[in-house]
Amino acid sequence: MEKQSDLLLDIQHLHTAYRLNGKFYDAADDINLTLKRNEILSIVGESGCGKSTIASSIIGLYDHKNTKVTGDILYNELNLVGLNENLFNKIRGDKIGMIFQDPLASLNPLMRVGDQVAETLYYHTDMNEKERHNRVIELFNQVGMPKPEETFQMYPFELSGGLRQRVVIAMAIACKPEIIIADEPTTALDVTIQAQILDLLEDIQKQSQSGIILITHDLGVVAETADQVAVMYGGQIVEKADVKTVFEHPLHPYTRSLLNSMPQSEDEEEDLHVIQGTVPSLQDMPRNGDRFAARIPWIPASAHEENPVMHEVEPGHWVRCTCWKTFHFQDEVGGE
Amino acid sequence: MWKTVLRRILIMIPQLIILSILVFFLAKMMPGDPFSGQINPNTDPKQIEALKRAAGLYDPVPVQYARWVGNLFKGDLGTSYIQHVPVTSLIADRAVNTFWLSLFSTVISYSIAIPMGISAGRHQDEWQDQAVQIFNYITLAVPPFVFYILGIWLFGFTLGWFPISGSISPNASGFWGTLGSEIYHIILPGTLVALITTTSVVQYLRTGIVDNKVEDYVRTAHSKGVPEKVVFNKHILRNSLLPIASSFGTVITGLLSGSMIVESVFSYPGMGKLFLDSIGQRDYTTLTALILIFGFLTLLGNLLSDIIMSIVDPRIRIK
Ligand SMILES: Nc1ncnc2c1ncn2[C@@H]1O[C@H](COP(=O)(O)OP(=O)(O)OP(=O)(O)O)[C@@H](O)[C@H]1O
Ligand SMILES: [Mg+2]
Repeated sequence: MEKQSDLLLDIQHLHTAYRLNGKFYDAADDINLTLKRNEILSIVGESGCGKSTIASSIIGLYDHKNTKVTGDILYNELNLVGLNENLFNKIRGDKIGMIFQDPLASLNPLMRVGDQVAETLYYHTDMNEKERHNRVIELFNQVGMPKPEETFQMYPFELSGGLRQRVVIAMAIACKPEIIIADEPTTALDVTIQAQILDLLEDIQKQSQSGIILITHDLGVVAETADQVAVMYGGQIVEKADVKTVFEHPLHPYTRSLLNSMPQSEDEEEDLHVIQGTVPSLQDMPRNGDRFAARIPWIPASAHEENPVMHEVEPGHWVRCTCWKTFHFQDEVGGE
Repeated sequence: MWKTVLRRILIMIPQLIILSILVFFLAKMMPGDPFSGQINPNTDPKQIEALKRAAGLYDPVPVQYARWVGNLFKGDLGTSYIQHVPVTSLIADRAVNTFWLSLFSTVISYSIAIPMGISAGRHQDEWQDQAVQIFNYITLAVPPFVFYILGIWLFGFTLGWFPISGSISPNASGFWGTLGSEIYHIILPGTLVALITTTSVVQYLRTGIVDNKVEDYVRTAHSKGVPEKVVFNKHILRNSLLPIASSFGTVITGLLSGSMIVESVFSYPGMGKLFLDSIGQRDYTTLTALILIFGFLTLLGNLLSDIIMSIVDPRIRIK
């Protein structure tokens, strides 16, 4: 049995809708997720599936005029949905740290990177300037910055992509947050640097006993780092399980397609599966029936549930719709 | 940073040389010479020739150029053939007048434009923004001289609040009396110029704020828990002021060309009016001197822009 306090984030029936031409469209549609301490939860899916939407809903950073968020995001009994901005600013940066995709764009071009990290400390601690400086140096050491003192005085453009992302990570963990949200933290980086940054995130998670939500479209990243996985398609979670189950016993056609389209070896000749079509735009997303059905047209409509819901097919393993039971790839012989 | 500034100043040297050569040849091509107007039909042509030779007009061109540049350094810009006074003395007073008028209008212009730009950018698409946009359309659409004439008509003739011409009243006396009268003469033209030159600063600032608001680094600042107000002032506003700081130098150029219109409409004895008058009177010496000064000030403005930029933008400062 897990202790109650191990539950860091409990997301229930989260709907996030954006206003487009006067109408609201759900980009996150009935999301149910939990994040526990000491856990890396990965949200994976193609571009436009609503991954960042979940992240921005959690941290409350969206255009309030054109975005409608409903449901519950519970953090220690506190509902983050609709939380007052002043209270939220006490949580952001302190209890929840955020790492974004593009480290260059994420940093203020006109501010020394050290000051940008120290800014977090300024709002959440009562350290004086000297103490903040020392803490930043300590953080720079922790994230593996080669020359912390020199780096403190530098501007973002003077650093390489990998070092910039280390600055962003230092900023996110400055106040030892319980929750770290990393939205595609390695997408903008070179392959060699990607692995280093992921290792760093894992180290941080272990040291701080925090929970990390790692958003990515790269299943390789998921396999390497995640404990729990939520696969998203068209604003919905279509499969949810621990990482082993997802890779060894994937059920939902979308999960299986994603896995099949992932390179298995270094072999360049390898024939990769390509998922037909693309993720529809927010306005074109079918709101009834199986949203993924359009991209596996060889599967008869009768295989899908009329209104697909999540089923717990084995303890802790959730799958949307029942179409997985008869799903086969186009070049496979149908039926099971 | 000092290296950047020094390098930038060094770049100005060839620019100045080119400017001086251009103006020198321009001066040579203009009709007339120092003896025009002093000669009557009865003068012996031989004597004129001798005078010209003595004045060095038949020397090789490089020698003449060197002498001309040497005179420039001594502050000798030649003598006006029309007014028969040294051009330097002709320009000096006007330059001071134009300087004060420009300074006044610049200060007022920025004090109006910056709050307007901030308000429009912060409240994008709300009524504050729309009001500022309407103001911008008006200042952009109305030709400056129409605007000045309307101003003169309303505040000068109809209401009688301000003098409508000159830079000082003839019976002003004493230090304070003179100063007061000068300021009094500057207020109306200065304010009108200020109002009509706000457009670009307002637009720069508004666009800067609107663009910066949605930048990732602003989202990062929010995600750190930085309060809204601080995010605006410390991150968004500061970064949006950058293009304004860098365009400051070019304001000088704008003021110079603008001074011709406003000074003519207000009969304000400044360099702009002098320039137009010199054209009208075919006072070529004065004209060339003014072209040289305007060219120099333009280069100076660009230098200023670059130096300001290198101070405020670390990306330029450090490279
Ligand atoms: N502010 C917004 N206004 C309107 N539509 C939006 C907004 N943000 C995202 N969307 C739309 O919502 C859907 C989900 O977007 P989201 O950014 O959450 O996807 P994502 O999974 O993070 O994709 P990516 O991998 O490209 O980051 C997309 O169709 C996107 O176009
Ligand atoms: Mg995203």
